[in-house]
This record gives sequence, C-alpha cells and structure tokens, in this order.
Amino acid sequence: MEDIIHHRRIYRTLNRAVGMAAMVGATCLGLLLATFLIGRIVPIDPVLAVVGDKASAEVYQRVRLELGLHLPLWRQFFIYVKAILSGDFGVSVLTARPVIEDIARVFPATVELAVIATLIGVFSGIPLGIFSAVRQGSLLDHLARIMGLIGYSLPIFWLGLMGLMVFYARLNLLPGPGRVDVFYENMVDPVTGFLLIDCILAGEWGIFRNALSHIILPASLLGYYSMAYLSRMTRSLMIAQLGQEYILTARVKGIAEWRVIWGHALDNCRIPLITVIAMSFGSLLEGSVLTETVFSWPGLGQYLTNSLLNADMNAVLGGTLVVGAIFLGINLFSDFLYEFLDPRAR
Amino acid sequence: MKKTVWIALVLSLLAANTLFAATPGDTLVMASKLDDIITLDPAEIFEFTGAELAANMYDRLIGYDVEDAGKIFGVVAESWDISKDGRTYSFKIWDGMKFASGNKLTADDVVFSLQRVIKLNKSPAFLLTQFGFTPANMDERIVKTGDYTVKLVIDKPYAPAFFLYCLTATPGSIVDRQEALKHAENGDAGHGWLKTHSAGSGPFALTIWKPSEILILAANAQYHSKKPAMKRIIVRHVPESATQRILLEKGDIDMARNIQPDDLKGLSENPSIRIRKKVKGALYYLGLNQKNRYLKIPQVRQALKYLIDYAGMESTILSGKAVVHQAFLPGGFLGALAETPFSLDVEKAKGLLKEAGLENGFSVTMDVRNTEPSISMAVAIQASFALAGVKLEIIPGEGKQVLTKYRDRAHDIFIGRWGPDYMDPHTNADTFARNPDNSDAGQSKTMAWRNAWDIPGMTRKADAAVLEKDPATRVRMYLEMQREHQKSAPFIFMFQEIEILAERANVNGFPLGPSFDSNFYRFITK
Repeated sequence: MEDIIHHRRIYRTLNRAVGMAAMVGATCLGLLLATFLIGRIVPIDPVLAVVGDKASAEVYQRVRLELGLHLPLWRQFFIYVKAILSGDFGVSVLTARPVIEDIARVFPATVELAVIATLIGVFSGIPLGIFSAVRQGSLLDHLARIMGLIGYSLPIFWLGLMGLMVFYARLNLLPGPGRVDVFYENMVDPVTGFLLIDCILAGEWGIFRNALSHIILPASLLGYYSMAYLSRMTRSLMIAQLGQEYILTARVKGIAEWRVIWGHALDNCRIPLITVIAMSFGSLLEGSVLTETVFSWPGLGQYLTNSLLNADMNAVLGGTLVVGAIFLGINLFSDFLYEFLDPRAR
Repeated sequence: MKKTVWIALVLSLLAANTLFAATPGDTLVMASKLDDIITLDPAEIFEFTGAELAANMYDRLIGYDVEDAGKIFGVVAESWDISKDGRTYSFKIWDGMKFASGNKLTADDVVFSLQRVIKLNKSPAFLLTQFGFTPANMDERIVKTGDYTVKLVIDKPYAPAFFLYCLTATPGSIVDRQEALKHAENGDAGHGWLKTHSAGSGPFALTIWKPSEILILAANAQYHSKKPAMKRIIVRHVPESATQRILLEKGDIDMARNIQPDDLKGLSENPSIRIRKKVKGALYYLGLNQKNRYLKIPQVRQALKYLIDYAGMESTILSGKAVVHQAFLPGGFLGALAETPFSLDVEKAKGLLKEAGLENGFSVTMDVRNTEPSISMAVAIQASFALAGVKLEIIPGEGKQVLTKYRDRAHDIFIGRWGPDYMDPHTNADTFARNPDNSDAGQSKTMAWRNAWDIPGMTRKADAAVLEKDPATRVRMYLEMQREHQKSAPFIFMFQEIEILAERANVNGFPLGPSFDSNFYRFITK
C-alpha cells in the first residue's frame, strides 16, 4: 500500500515537472516569436543599423544577404531559433561583441542595484506598512502616505538629479555617477561581473568601499520607490488581516499584541507579500532606464534602450529573452516559496 | 544639537559653490556620449565620436590646418607630387616613425592600410573606391615603390584637393600592419580585433574600452612629434546633460561634451568654467519630395523658403547651437556661399503660392525624428507655414524609422541633418546636386534622389567641378551651383551646426576643428 502511495507521489512530481518544463518552453518560444515578429514588423530597416545611411548600394546589398533578410520570414525565424538553441545569440551591431558577452557585462550591474534597492525597500517598506496599518490615522501613517504619494508621483529622473545635486555636489557626502571612481576603473578582474563581489574576491577593500558608496544613491532612489509601493501594499494586506476574527480570538486569549501583529497577522500576509516583492524585484531587473541614465550606470536598461533605438535586433532579442527568462524564473521561484510556506499547498 | 545639524544642512545646500575636487594634472577626464561608437576600426568608423578617437590614435598621410582647411600638409608623408596627367600621386614617407607597438612605419603599412579599406568594403570605403580602386585592381593602383615611397593611381584626373582631402579622412588612417595581421582571423586583416583595439602611430593608444561605459587612452611613448602633456585621456559615458554639468562644476571632470542649452545658461555664469563653440560642417535642411504634387511646383518650393523664421529659430530654440546658413556647402568649405537671401516674408510667400494657384494653401506632412532640436524646429516651421495657409502635419518617429521612410522616398517633407564626409566641396555637391538615375531602382541614394529631383544638368555641372584643376575656377563653379540651387532646389538649407564644449578654466589648448576628426587631444595642457 505504502509502495503505491510512494509511486503515485513520484509520478505526480514527475508529471508536474514535465508540465512545468513544457510551460517554460512554450513561454520562451512564444516570447521569441513575439519579439522576432515585432523586430521584423517595425518600419526600421535592420541593414541601416549595420551599415549606416551613407554606405554604397553594394555594401548595403552584401549586408542584407549576410543578415539573411532576403529569406522568407519563417526561414529567418527558424535560423534564429536554431542559433539560440545552440547558445548563439549573435553579435551586437552597436558593441561589435557577442550579445551574450554584453549581457553578462551589463546585467550584473543591474542586478547589484536591484538587489540592494529591494533590500532597502523590504526592510523599510514592510515595517512602515505594518506600523501604519496598526496605527491608522497616526502621524506615522500620514507620513507614510505622503512618502508613498511622493514615490508614486515624482519623476525618478528629477529626484535622481536632485539627489546628485544635494548629496554629491553640495554636501560632498557621496560620490558622483558611475559604478566606481574613474581612477579605479578596470582595477578589479571581472570574475562574477558583480563589482562588489569581485572586490571582495580580490580583497580590494578600498575599491569595495568606493563602489559601495557609488551604489548608495541610485539604490536608495530605487529603494525608495520600492518602499513606497511595498508599504502601501503591506498596509492594505495587514488591515485586511487585522479585521479577521482569528485576530480578535488571539487578542481575547490575551496573546501579546506584538505577537498578534508580527506573528499571526503578518504570517498570513507573507504569501501575497512574496508575490508583491517578486514583482517589484522583477521590474527592477529589467533595468531602470532613467535611473541608469542619470547615474551613468552601465546596466541592462540603458543597453536595451540604446539597442532598440539603433535597431540592433540581436541585442534587443537577446536582452528580451533574458528578461523574459528571469521573469519566468522569479515566478517559478515564488511558486516554489508558496509551497514551502503555505501548509495547504504542501 | 539637532537644530544645529539642520541649520548646517540648509546652509550647505544654499552655498553657491559646490565643493571642488580636482583631477590629476597629467590626466584629462571627459564626459561624453559614447553610445554612437559601433567600431574603432578606421576602415569602418563613420560616427562622430569614433572619428574623433581615430584622429587621436592614428596618423594619416596628410592633414589640414584646423583654422584654415585650405592648407594641406604632410603627416606620415614627408612630401608628394602629382603626375602631369593628374592620375598618379607619389608619396614619400618619413623614415623613423614608429607605431605604439614599436614597429617601424614603412611603405608596407601604408599600402596595407589603404588596401584593407577597399578589401573590407565597409560603409566609409567609398571615400577611396570613388577613385576607381577595386579589390581586383588595388595591387596595381596602390603600390609600394620603395621602403618609404608609395604610388597611388586614381581613375580620373580629379581636382587634387578632392583626393587629398579624402586621404585626410578616417579611412586614410595608417594601421600597424604587423600588429593587425597578428590578430587577423579568416583573412579579415585584423578587422575583428581592431573594432575594439588600436594599432596606430598617433599620440595616444587605446587601453580600455567598455561600450557605453568608459574609454581610456594612454599617451603613445613612440609618438614622433612633441609628446602630449596629458598622459591619459579618460572618457566616461555620461548620457545626461544635467549630470555632465554637475560633474563639471564639481571638478570631477575637466570637460563636458554634450551640454544642452538649458544647462549652458547656468554654466556660463560660473567663472571657473569656460564655454567654447566651433562651427561644424553639419547642416539642418528640409527635403521636399518631388513626388508630392504640391511640392513639385517651383513657386511652392520658393514660397516655403520664405515661410521659415530663420532668425527667430536661431535666437530661441537653437540658441548658441547653430547659425543661419542657406547654401549646400557649409561655411569654412572651399567655395561655400555665405549669402542668405531668405527670411520670413509671408506676403512674398503668399504671392508665390497665388502664382501656383494655391492661394488657399494646401496640406502636407513632415517626417521628424523624435529628438531635439528637430522636434522644436518642426513645431516652429509648422507655425510659420500656417501664416500662408500651408497646413503642416508633423509625423514624429524614431531616427532609423524616419530614415528608412526617407530612403524609400515615402515622405512629403523630411527635416534632416547632414554632415559632410570629408573636407572637399564634392562631398555635399555629390549628394545635394547629383542624381545620376532618378528611377525608383536608382542605386545611389543621394539626397537629390531621395527627393526625386531629376537634374541631369546640375549632375553634369557637379561632375565637371570635381575634375577642375584650377582652384579659383572651381570655387566659381561651386558658387554658381549654390546660387542656382537656392533658386530652384527642393532643399531648404536653414542652419549650420555649432559644437559646444564646456571645460574647466585651467584646461587649455584643445583645438576644435571644423569636423570631429580634427579635434586633437595632444595639444591639451592643464
């Protein structure tokens, strides 16, 4: 009997794994097809991106053939998918390097920023949301609301420039734009691509401090927006929970108030909260174009925008695929966390 | 206690001067937009930033005086002479020049460099192939005649200035043959490697290049002329003008290259910042498609030339970034016409439209790239066209998209910016005054072709002017063509661009040339 249950469980797990793999595959293929078609439908001549406006007719024709643009659309797509499957994302027109290398260079810069920003957002936004839910109408609640509103409404571009103006130019507390001072540039070997981690690996503490001070301003800025979002979401989730009967029961039973809030109520918010955090982290991973522009941060957002504006289709498709894959990954991960945290799903 | 902290905070915010941090005395730090660099191989470079960098990493056979483009002098070439039939150019090269690698610069390098441009056949290759060089004949026409002598044979006896100016352009850069071949793959003459590395004899060599991030040049210890005062040039990619301004005021950079008019006003009041301007060769113009039934009427073309507020745009939206210029050769070029016969004259325009039978005006569209200053210019033109009843619909689009439409001749009016490719007048005459085949299948997509302007007569004149040997006669021919152009062409030339540079007051000596490939870092001192 136990054997049968055991088999069933294996079968079920296997079945789900296959289902999930099929879903991931189908999503990726759909993503590929959609980006490929958009790239071909936009009224931009991809040859122009490669040869420029002034090339001779002969050069233009040669590149057109090289890019395979004379072939029917389905064959172009087929060739593209085949290349992707063998790990070849092509060469970027703008940087003259393989797209994969480019992404490996710009993506860590974005991830570094996103991770720190999310940490700031989580550790300030969630407590803030809880406090304002518990003490509705208090000064702190109002303050949190105002901060949230500012976060929603102020253009990040302006706030970034103001941040530079105040903390860098006037107060001299923080360094200016870029990932590290120019004089430290290229002093640490890019092992992982994450500058902070590479500094630790190399034992370069001076550069580490410099890089850390460079990341504070842009990360705080993104963290502020993430905080504004998370605190509002936490507040409404918590208010919903605090009005439930089990909270009343707990309170009647005489359980300490801090345990009611941080234990019972928050515990039941964590699943939707995970989704909210994952979504906010995911959107930061696409790269915040405006923040990256103001702070000259060489991340994925700038890379993708620049590629798109220059019709650098290999880079756009490669970048989109990576972002798509990451969104999928984050979704799968939060699904996994659900199962882990939600006893009903176990 | 808390109060004092707050007061200190407010006071420091109000302090007018930002805290100053200086860069090292032997290093120039510059903020620029590096996102237009798609290659650093001089056989392929066709972008402003890349051309400027190549000019500082590579030497060319000859150069021209940035203050007086008419003066041509030897750089790698010690001397040259031209055969009687005007087709053979013999160059004598300096003995003793070295590349940054330490290799000697010889005739082999010159032949290799010019031949690889033709063999690779990248976008700017036409600068050389227009003289009849092909991969098949280049071994007979680009010849080493001794260790330090080279002979170049061109197909027609062109005006010498035409060929010589083309040799001063980026594809004329002399590349280190041994170094390039060491990194060659599949017979690409080192192209793949040179896209991201340098192998020249110029005053600087490339040390670090991270696309859209940072670029560092180091002084070339082998440089043949006076060693530059700057040991390093650091160029950081800073796309935002306001950020460039903050960095410059703070002193973390010595030079900002992309300051916009808004930020310029603020900077001009700062005594420790100097603002410099240089008229460049690029022109802003309107192209009127002759396939449009209204625009093909001569009176309509002329009427529109009187419906633009040139002076108003120059002093407002283009403030400091451009000057009025109304001929197809930019000021500073041989034979450029300085006359500006057009100004906003609504009555005259209305009269011309009446002659064309369009006294009630007409509707027309204009394709505009969605960047400044094009958008603001388009809006201003829309307003002034309306004064005579011409209804202009603006179609904004992304740069490459608008360009694709223009190249397909699918526009009505196109607002464009054209930069010359080399210093000879033929560069603009070739595109604005030549249209050898006006059919839709026409292969040379000159600006005249794109606007479907069929001009066999003017094409012949342009072809004759480029063969004229006497400079004075040649100047007369170009002046005449430009006047005729102003009377009938479907092009409305409006402005000539000005490059703006903001630098710390302690930075001296950076010469700004008439094109980006003559901005030389080696004269900079601090």
